[in-house]
Amino acid sequence: MFSILRSIWLTFIHMFHKRVTVEYPEKKNYLPPRHRGRIVLTRDPDNQERCVGCYLCAVACPVDCISLQATEDENGRRSAEFFRINFSRCILCGYCEEACPTDAIQLIPDFEMAEYNRQNLVYEKEDLLIDGQGKYPGYNFFKHAGVDAGVKAKGEGIDEEKPVDIKKLMP
Amino acid sequence: MMAKIFIDDKPYEVDGSKNLLETALSIGLNLPYFCWHPAMHSVGACRQCAIIKYKDDDDKKGKLVMACMEPVADNLHISIEAPEAHAFRAGNVEALMTNHPHDCPVCDEGGECHLQDMTVMTGHNERRYCYTKRTHNNQYLGPFVNHEMNRCIQCYRCVRFYKDYAGGKDLDVFAAHNDVYFGRQEEGVLESEFSGNLVEVCPTGVFTDKTLKKHYTRKWDLTNAPSVCHQCSLGCNIIASERYGTIRRVLSRFNGDVNGYFLCDRGRFGYEYINSKNRIITPARLVNGSFAAITAGDAVQEIKAIINTENNTIGIGSPKASMESNFLLRELVGPANFYAGVPAREGKLIRQVIAILDNGKVKTPSLSEAKTYDAVFILGEDLTNTAPMLALSLRQAAKNEPNEIARAVKIPDWNDAATREAVQGATGPFFIAAAHDTKLDDIATGIYHASPDQIAGFGNAVAGNINRQLNFVAADAEIEKLSDTISAALLAAKKPLIVAGTSLYNEAIVQAAANIAYALKDRGKDAGLIYILPEANSIGSALLADQYLEDAFAQASPKEAKSVIILENDLYQRMDKTATDTFLQYFTNVISLDYLENATTRNSTLLLPAGTFAEADGTIISNEGRAQRFYQVHVPKNDVRSSWKWLAELMAAYDSSPINLDAVIDRLTAAFPALQAIQYVAPSAGFREDTQKIPRSPQRYSGRTAINADMHVSEPRPPADPDSALSYTMEGYVGIPPPALTPFYWSPGWNSAQAINKYQIEVGGELHGGNPGKRLFEPDPNSKAAYFNSTPSACSPKEGQYMVLPLYHIFGSDELSAQSPAVAERVPQPYIALNDSDAGKAGIVEGAIIEILLSGNKKWLPVKLKMGLPQGTAGLPKGLQETAGIIYPFYTTIKIAGND
Repeated sequence: MFSILRSIWLTFIHMFHKRVTVEYPEKKNYLPPRHRGRIVLTRDPDNQERCVGCYLCAVACPVDCISLQATEDENGRRSAEFFRINFSRCILCGYCEEACPTDAIQLIPDFEMAEYNRQNLVYEKEDLLIDGQGKYPGYNFFKHAGVDAGVKAKGEGIDEEKPVDIKKLMP
Repeated sequence: MMAKIFIDDKPYEVDGSKNLLETALSIGLNLPYFCWHPAMHSVGACRQCAIIKYKDDDDKKGKLVMACMEPVADNLHISIEAPEAHAFRAGNVEALMTNHPHDCPVCDEGGECHLQDMTVMTGHNERRYCYTKRTHNNQYLGPFVNHEMNRCIQCYRCVRFYKDYAGGKDLDVFAAHNDVYFGRQEEGVLESEFSGNLVEVCPTGVFTDKTLKKHYTRKWDLTNAPSVCHQCSLGCNIIASERYGTIRRVLSRFNGDVNGYFLCDRGRFGYEYINSKNRIITPARLVNGSFAAITAGDAVQEIKAIINTENNTIGIGSPKASMESNFLLRELVGPANFYAGVPAREGKLIRQVIAILDNGKVKTPSLSEAKTYDAVFILGEDLTNTAPMLALSLRQAAKNEPNEIARAVKIPDWNDAATREAVQGATGPFFIAAAHDTKLDDIATGIYHASPDQIAGFGNAVAGNINRQLNFVAADAEIEKLSDTISAALLAAKKPLIVAGTSLYNEAIVQAAANIAYALKDRGKDAGLIYILPEANSIGSALLADQYLEDAFAQASPKEAKSVIILENDLYQRMDKTATDTFLQYFTNVISLDYLENATTRNSTLLLPAGTFAEADGTIISNEGRAQRFYQVHVPKNDVRSSWKWLAELMAAYDSSPINLDAVIDRLTAAFPALQAIQYVAPSAGFREDTQKIPRSPQRYSGRTAINADMHVSEPRPPADPDSALSYTMEGYVGIPPPALTPFYWSPGWNSAQAINKYQIEVGGELHGGNPGKRLFEPDPNSKAAYFNSTPSACSPKEGQYMVLPLYHIFGSDELSAQSPAVAERVPQPYIALNDSDAGKAGIVEGAIIEILLSGNKKWLPVKLKMGLPQGTAGLPKGLQETAGIIYPFYTTIKIAGND
């Protein structure tokens, strides 16, 4: 008898507690910027694609749901010829973002990707590429790399000396 | 000599003639290194393999030494794990990395980079140096190799390979201290035929594969198969790799008996024809003058109907096709209707070579063993162009005699820098009798240029000098003098080697080479004899047929309409165009199994898409008589398949039983008991390692659930492989598979090709499980082979006529590799080469356009001089599109164009 009354009492006082249930989708919860949701491909400060097709995201992916092919433009700049993520397999673990050496691939707080047709969960590069820099503004890989890919000439990158004149005789 | 050494207080029994680095690696210990290479030995340039060496048992302090420069000594105590050694190695890598660019994501070496591996191995993981990096400008080095000098760590391996090992002249080191620059004196195409090895030799990404760069894929994403190069007769072992349905690159696959660590550029970069747009990818039928695609089932039914209604279909085999494919075609049409796909002159020559190999009087050494001979005599071959890797082996052989100088002063063989210092570039006895200048002339001690018959006569004169009972005399005093020198040098050597071949289509040369080798053998010498053949399976296909294209052409007549099945063979490359046209017109059905569109497929009525070495399994027999298996790399998403699979489907007998490679080989060896060894070349399809198949892809293979997701989101089942113990996935046995089934090299901590150390019993030595391949011909000490008594007529150039000889080009003379874009850039323009004094007399200058009659047609070609051709001869580049179908040698007249 006592326990029944106690239960009724406890249930009753819950009416005065702060509500935790959010009326999704009418109301949306705040998700921090570092929440791992949908994957995007970002651009560098010069609005060029950041992805250099290094395949590190693909190899880091524990469910093998990233597949791409690298290609090169006439300046020797690497980018992805195609870039495909099968979100029906993706577990949003964020390993790809962690592996990415150019800050290109990023997980964003958007998670609303449900589809009736599984095939629609296959995202190609056009679906992944966004117009901004995402969470990590300011980084341009080709300014740090040693290669000349049309972004900066040899020796003009950050922390680079002018190219060696191999014919000079000074020690 | 064995020695007992203590590494970190653990005793090991080791080979006393090695250095400590080799020894540690052979034991299986991980000791970082850069400049040492198992084929090029030690120079002590990189200071990476530091260890602590103790004076004796009581010495607790020891001193820091470089393992690669220290010999093994009995009772030696060393430490790899000592903190001082560890710190030194980490510090060394840190110093090397100060200038290394932040390139890994865009560097093609990434993921198979020795520098990455060694950096991780030493434990260096954080950059403390926060100043500027030195940079270098790159050079254009041609269509094969990409140059990115910023990445260089100054190990000197590239120049040591290119100059010292391969004899190249145009790659060198410039500037000083940390500015040193490895490149050419000025931008330009790397001239060496072995430049592609820089890709594997360079421990980092300075030299990378330019053909891979165009369709770049990381090593971990490649599906690989152990394969055998099909671009010449040597049968070098390769690893061919695929991603997304196209072949991405070819690497050398270590075989201590064949190519070792290296490959030539034709073998490495000549693979791209496989990805060509001109591939035949679906069966097709000729309808109203154009080909219409049909299904595989329809094609098989149609051809079966053709074969069953007439019982005299003929089959033309191919020296490019595998034993299995040639054999099944022979079975399908019957031995009487089966023709070897080569002209009679070439076919008979190959059978002559087989007879000499088979009698076993002298040993035919393997490509790798050729390095151990100390005197070389080459008859009539331009090896750099007809068998490039043998030229590389012989460059090493030329070092053997002078290396005795270093041995005499107790310099161990592995001490490369000291040996080179002692030898001072000297070369051993090396003689070339050829029709023109060759690229080996720089190491030759005697050169004789003459027409093919004169070369044979000269060879016989040398044989006559060695065995006085032989009735050969030198043609004149000058020749006598040179032949005396050569015979004396060959007799003075411990192991003389005679090299000849079929490239000049001269039987007398083949016989003369045998005569010299026999004579040396009879004088008690451990002589070797190597023959170079025209194509990858020349020996194999010749073993299956003794009728040739001329026979096929002769028996074809318009009266009886028949059908012909042509296997992987462009007849227009081999025979005269008009004769081939007439021949093909006699047939109502011309059925071609081929890879690429060519003149023969265009004149066919039915096409079946045949697999190249990348889409087919099979066995080929190399010039030394070594049978080797190659495996399919991937299952293409079209109808391309092994020719023998098509042929097996066409044969009713095979309908009931499962058609797999083993079944075909069983039939082959039952029909040809002499070829029994083919069965044991590699493990059968039922073989399992630890109950598992051997995976073609590495464990880290990525993208499995996304590769096909654009077509359908559900993953298809990986294709099964009924023909081999390999699987088309990343799943299966992890570890070291049998050598014939090794699709890639990887070992924990060793992602680069240098993981090969773990696959060898002793670094640089035999593979665990033995080097793959089975030799069909072994030396027979009781052989009673008789000398050849041919006395070739002295070449008498017909008045006003030129004897036209084939000139071989590593890039161009092989029709398939020449269709690879990178190789195509190196294919020469057609030309005609003349003797300088002949040209002078006729008033012809270099570059003049002259008119020549080729197969009844007038052709205009520019003249090249200074190629060392003898008087009365001319040379045409063999196998170019413009010179296809010519049977060499032939006589013709030439005149300056416009002077009628």
